[in-house]
This record gives sequence, C-alpha cells and structure tokens, in this order.
Amino acid sequence: MVIKVGDTVKSGDVIAEIETDKATMEVEAVDEGVVEALLVAEGAEGVAVNAPIARLSGGGTASTPQSPVSGPATIAPQMGEPENGIAPLSPGGGGPAPANAVMKGASQGADAELPAGTEMIKTTVRDALRDAMAEEMRRDADVFLMGEEVAQYQGAYKVSRDLLAEFGERRVIDTPITEHGFAGLGVGAAMAGLKPIVEFMTFNFAMQAIDHIINSAAKTLYMSGGQIRSSIVFRGPNGAASRVGAQHSQDYAAWYASVPGLKVVAPYDAADAKGLLKSAIRDPNPVVFLEHEMVYGTEFDVPDVADWLVPIGKAKVRRVGLHVTLVAYSRMVGFALQAADALAVEGIETEVVDLRTLRPLDHDTVVRSVMKTNRLVTIEEGWGPMGVGAEIAARVVDQAFDYLDAPPVRVCQEDVPLPYAANLEVLSLPSVAKIVAAAKAVCYR
Amino acid sequence: MARQSASKPKAVAISPAHPDKAALLDFCRSMLLIRRFEERAGQLYGMGLIGGFCHLYIGQEAIAVGMQAAKGDGDQVITGYREHGHMLAAGMDPKGVMAELTGRAAGVSRGKGGSMHMFSTAAGFYGGHGIVGAQVSLGTGLALANRYRDDGKVAFVYFGDGAANQGQVYESFNMAELWSLPVVYVIENNQYAMGTSVERSSSETHLHKRGISFNIPGAEVDGMDVVAVREAGKMAAEHARSGKGPFILEMKTYRYRGHSMSDPGKYRTREEIDAVRKTRDPIEHLQERLETLDFADEAQIKAIDAEVKAIVADAAEFARTTPEPNPAELYTDVYLETVP
Ligand SMILES: Cc1ncc(C[n+]2csc(CCOP(=O)(O)OP(=O)(O)O)c2C)c(N)n1
Ligand SMILES: [Mg+2]
Repeated sequence: MVIKVGDTVKSGDVIAEIETDKATMEVEAVDEGVVEALLVAEGAEGVAVNAPIARLSGGGTASTPQSPVSGPATIAPQMGEPENGIAPLSPGGGGPAPANAVMKGASQGADAELPAGTEMIKTTVRDALRDAMAEEMRRDADVFLMGEEVAQYQGAYKVSRDLLAEFGERRVIDTPITEHGFAGLGVGAAMAGLKPIVEFMTFNFAMQAIDHIINSAAKTLYMSGGQIRSSIVFRGPNGAASRVGAQHSQDYAAWYASVPGLKVVAPYDAADAKGLLKSAIRDPNPVVFLEHEMVYGTEFDVPDVADWLVPIGKAKVRRVGLHVTLVAYSRMVGFALQAADALAVEGIETEVVDLRTLRPLDHDTVVRSVMKTNRLVTIEEGWGPMGVGAEIAARVVDQAFDYLDAPPVRVCQEDVPLPYAANLEVLSLPSVAKIVAAAKAVCYR
Repeated sequence: MARQSASKPKAVAISPAHPDKAALLDFCRSMLLIRRFEERAGQLYGMGLIGGFCHLYIGQEAIAVGMQAAKGDGDQVITGYREHGHMLAAGMDPKGVMAELTGRAAGVSRGKGGSMHMFSTAAGFYGGHGIVGAQVSLGTGLALANRYRDDGKVAFVYFGDGAANQGQVYESFNMAELWSLPVVYVIENNQYAMGTSVERSSSETHLHKRGISFNIPGAEVDGMDVVAVREAGKMAAEHARSGKGPFILEMKTYRYRGHSMSDPGKYRTREEIDAVRKTRDPIEHLQERLETLDFADEAQIKAIDAEVKAIVADAAEFARTTPEPNPAELYTDVYLETVP
C-alpha cells in the first residue's frame, strides 16, 4: 500500500503495488477522494481478484461519491494454461521468476547411466540451466555469456540469475537490442577460439540473427576445409508462451534441425536441460539450444553428481509401452506423458520417446520403438508441413515400413500464425486431448 | 525547444507556440483518454481479462497526441508494441482497441492480434509490431510508396531508444536520405529499454544525432510538453513533405509503469519515477497551461476527465462482454482468396 487512511488521492495516483504470479504492477485510483479505510493490510497475500482494497469517500466526481477501488491481486488461471500452470513472464516484458511459480514435474524413465543410489536434488529447469552455465564457466575461462538483459536484470526469465555476481561484467555481458550484431560478434569470438553462450531473449528474436547462425556459424567449418571452428551455443526460450500472439510464439525446431553444421537440442526436464547444456557448451560445434518458457518454473529431479553430462544425439524412452509410440521433444514430452496416463486408463499402453536432440536425430531409438508398437504419433508445437514429425515419419516409413499397422499421425500446431484470442489459441496448439485422440486413431479405437 | 543536430544545416525555425484554445482543450482530452484507458487496461490485465504482454503508454501521452497536429490526411503511422495510445490519438474507437486487448471478435484485429498487434487501414495505422526495430524499415517502406506515387503523404515512424540500436534502423536511414523519402522518425526516448538505460546500451546517447552520418537532420524535443511536440512535429513533417527527405525527432520522455506487466522495475528507484511524475507530467503540465491562459478552470478540466472516464468504462464493459471470435476464424486471413 502506498496510501494510508486520511490521504487525499486523485485519479491516476498510485495507491498500491501488487505482485501476482504473472505481473508486478501499480494500481491507480480510478476516482478521487479521501482514503476512508484500507481493506487489505500491507503485505497481504492471497488477495482475491476484484476484492476491494480501499474505500474512498467524498469523491469529487458527482457520479460516484463512494467508490470501492478494486485491486487486481491474483490472476485468474488462463485458458490453455500449461501443465505446470506457469504464467508467461515477458520478453515483450522481461519478467521475473516469480518465487511461487515452482511446480512439480514428473519425468519418468531414469537414465540407465546413473549409478544406483545417486541422490536427486529438486531443481527447476530455470535453475538447472543456470547451474550448467555456472559450472562450465568455472571449468573453462573461455566460456562467457552475452545477450539482452542477461547481467544486471538477471535474465528476462531469470535464467542467468546470480551469474553476474559470480563472474563479473567481463564474462556476463549485457548487449544492446541488436541480435544480428551480437550473434555475429559471438560467432567471430568463437572463430577466435572463445566459447560464447549467446542468449536470445526468445528464439523469435533470433530470426534477426539467423543469417549468422546458419551462414556464419554452421557453414564455415566446411567452407574453410576444416580450419575455422565455432564452438558456440545459441540458447533461449522457443515455442509458444501464453497469449503473446503470432510474432512471439513460434517453434523453430524444424528450421534449425534442417541445417547441416548445426546441432540442435531441445530438452524437456531439468536433468536433461543441465546435462545437455553442459555438453552443448563443451561441444566444438555450433549448438542451437531450444528451451521452453512454460517449463522454466517446473521442478524435476537432477542427479547430484559432480559433472552431470547428458550426451547430445541420444533420445530417451521415458515410458515403456506396447501399443503405440509417442515421439515428442521439449514441452510436448510433458503433454505426451500426460496423454499416456490417460490412455493407460483406457487400456492403451503407450511408449513415450523424448527426442532431446533433433540434430543429430536418434532415429534408431524411434525405429526400434515403432518396430515394437507398430504405431506412431509425433508431437510438435510447430507447424506440421515440412516439420519434425514429417521427418520422423519419413524415416520410420523408410526403415520400418513393414512394421506399421497404421499410417503415422502428426499432432502439431494448426497451419496458421498463432492467434491471440484465448479460445482460438487453445484450438491452435497441441493439447493432451489431441494427443490422446491421435493415439486412439492409430490404434483404431 | 528543439535543438538541431545535423551536420548538414537545414534552417528550420520553430515558431513560439501560440495555440488556440480549442486545440489545447482537445489535447487535454486526448491525453486524459489515453491515460485513463491505459490505467483501465492495467486493471483488466490484473483481473486476467488481458493476457500475454501488455505495454502501457502512461507518461508518454504528449507524443502521440502532439504529433497528431502534424499529420495530414492520408499520412501513415507505424510503431511497435506500445501502441494503444497512438491508436486512441488517431481517433480510433476505444471499444475496438479494448476488445482487442481482451481478445474478442469486435477487436480491431478481430481478436487475432492482441495488445502488440493492432492495425487500422481506415486510420492509416500500420501497427502494432512485436519485433523491436521492424517498424523502422516498414515505415520507411511506407514512405517509399509515398515517394513512388508522389502523393504528398508523409510516414510517421515511432520507435524506442532501445530499438534505435537495431541495425535495420541505419540501413533504413541511409536509404531514406539517399532517396529523399518523406518520413519523420520519432524516437520515443523514455530512457529505458526494459531494464537497460540508454547510457548502458548506447555509445551516442543523444539519439537525435544518430542521423548525422547519413546527413539526416535531427532535433531533441521535450516529449512531456505537448505543444513542443506539436511544433517540432509540424516542422519535421513540413521538411519531409516538401521533398527534403527524412527528419529525426528525439522525444525525451519517461515511462511511468514497468516495461510490460511483469517488470519488477529494480533498475530504477521509486524516487526517480516520482520525481518525473511530480515535475514533468505531461498532462498536469498542460492543465496548468490551460489554467494560466484562462482557457479552462479546474472544474472544466474535471468535467473532461469525467467524460473520458465514462468512455473508458464503457469500452471496458464492452470488451468484457462482447463475444470471443468464432472458432472458424482460426483459419481465416492466412491468405487472400481472390486476385483483384
Ligand atoms: C528483435 C527483438 N528483440 C528483443 C525483443 C524483446 N523486447 C521487447 S521490447 C524490448 C525493449 C525495447 O525498448 P525500447 O525500444 O526503448 O522501447 P520501449 O519499450 O521503451 O517503448 C525488448 C528487448 C523484441 N521484441 N524484439
Ligand atoms: Mg525505451
């Protein structure tokens, strides 16, 4: 509360500051008058949306002598909310990591590589990514991070929290809003032997820089006959957030995964996010590392081992089943696992393959699974035509044609730019229900 | 008021403003409309009725409003995602703008664009762009069309201090001057791009000088003074319309609210914001002027505010109750079906 009883306020005066799971904002008086009573105490938590927070009296406007001032307090859950309920932060806005935004995620199918009895630490994907960068920066003085708002602001999505404090301005660098420029600088520094991590506030803005990612980073090793290397990671959130419209909601997986010379990684849970980012930073090649904003706040088990690495290029079977194979990456893995639970109730045993890396793609794991289940559903957040699912289906048809009992089905975004309206957005994006329906369809159920 | 900064001196005298009463009262009304609209949008956001990103224009009202006076019939406007105020200043219906914010079929983009993506061909408003800096080349392209058709129109291109660092801005500047395109670049320098101050992002912080190496004249303007904005706008528009090419106006302004709704704002102090609100508020500044000139007394200004609040309340109610788009709308507007 910025005001106290007895204060005179006019329209537009700030009367309170509120924090919700998705917004930090000021509430202005909509009318003028003297504050008669505060109905919500300083620092109160869990105030309901539309609950009056103060009462004004003696308003100067004739129409409303007594007008309650409603303060937005808790955000109503949005339609089409992610499985973990994380509301969007903002690179249109650059939001903080709300402390209360931690949700539990379930990732099944432990890595075989882990020694028995390994301790697990509950970690959000956001912190797992940060830990990966911090560990690699401690290990190798050539590794540094640059991007918009990565240093002082601690990252638009708080992924680089505390890195500036530990590593200083030389190694955690705030750039101007000049994606094409700083991506080029990153590749140049990599050509000179450094190991940059270039953060894009979101991959939508990497379109400004895609020339350097492809023409400069991906192709130069080849063009130089093996002389010029760029060990560089381009990372940031990819795919749809919530209600941010067409220009801020695109899955670029298929774009980058079609380019020779690039490696493309798209993890789902925190253990993979950490282990794969560490591998990506060490990789001598340019790696496009696709994260997902809607999973940043989700907590998963991360193995408590000294140097947790997950190899690039290996898919992971997250759930074993006999009847149908679901292939997904990034946030869609969570959807696939939920769909598998729902399908189990109906007696359909689902195998869920988390691709984790899109280039090089682990076709063997996919093909092996389809040879067992004889049915394939691919799930991606991006558009279907020329997409990841199309590539997987082609490979399966190529290598396991005789094993297929039904044509593969792709679950993907509708073939339109992502709309803003809540109802249209839900219709446009993949959902657990759409996956369940597709799985049943290939099982002829 | 406006400081010239080009290496190529172009003598442009800004006459001391002597605006008429009606115009000033109109400014007052427009600025109040924007402020009350944005305050209400912030509240609807808090109530979960507006989703995603929502960037408010509070503090910058004098720019969109003052520049209107420089606009001629058919002139175009283009800006970024902080565009609600520009649309209201252009006279667009607050109901259609608010309904777009709530994602309804009656919204100006039929609910498909949202806060950052609003357009109106009728108002010559070309958006509403979410990619920082994109509007600068697009707006220069509008000016190219004007030059091509030789129709006397001017394109007004608005962008932020942060956007001023994008490479395409300078590619556009070069072509605009090279081809004498009728474009006015309006840099809304509110001192921050998200959490990054101009000092931390720009080697040359006087953004009106950014045209010097392209021979584009520029001027610094008090963007909190609607009359100063109007005068500078007229001068720049006249320059562009008369065939002399582009002009850069750097509007010194301030954003009162967070970058968008989820900005904790740790990069500046509450004192800094309060000081601007208290000493430089564009609306209070104009109201004092109205009173000093005896154009309006407090009661009249209150009456304007009451009228504006009623309009905003209506718009909010409309935006809340009007229906969402028909599901079939999901697939429309991807392509045009007929060849003209
Ligand atoms: C190409 C691109 N990069 C980054 C972003 C994320 N972003 C949105 S607004 C913004 C800050 C822009 O600041 P400024 O140009 O000063 O405009 P203001 O918000 O102050 O009006 C950033 C970094 C974006 N939308 N597009
Ligand atoms: Mg700015």
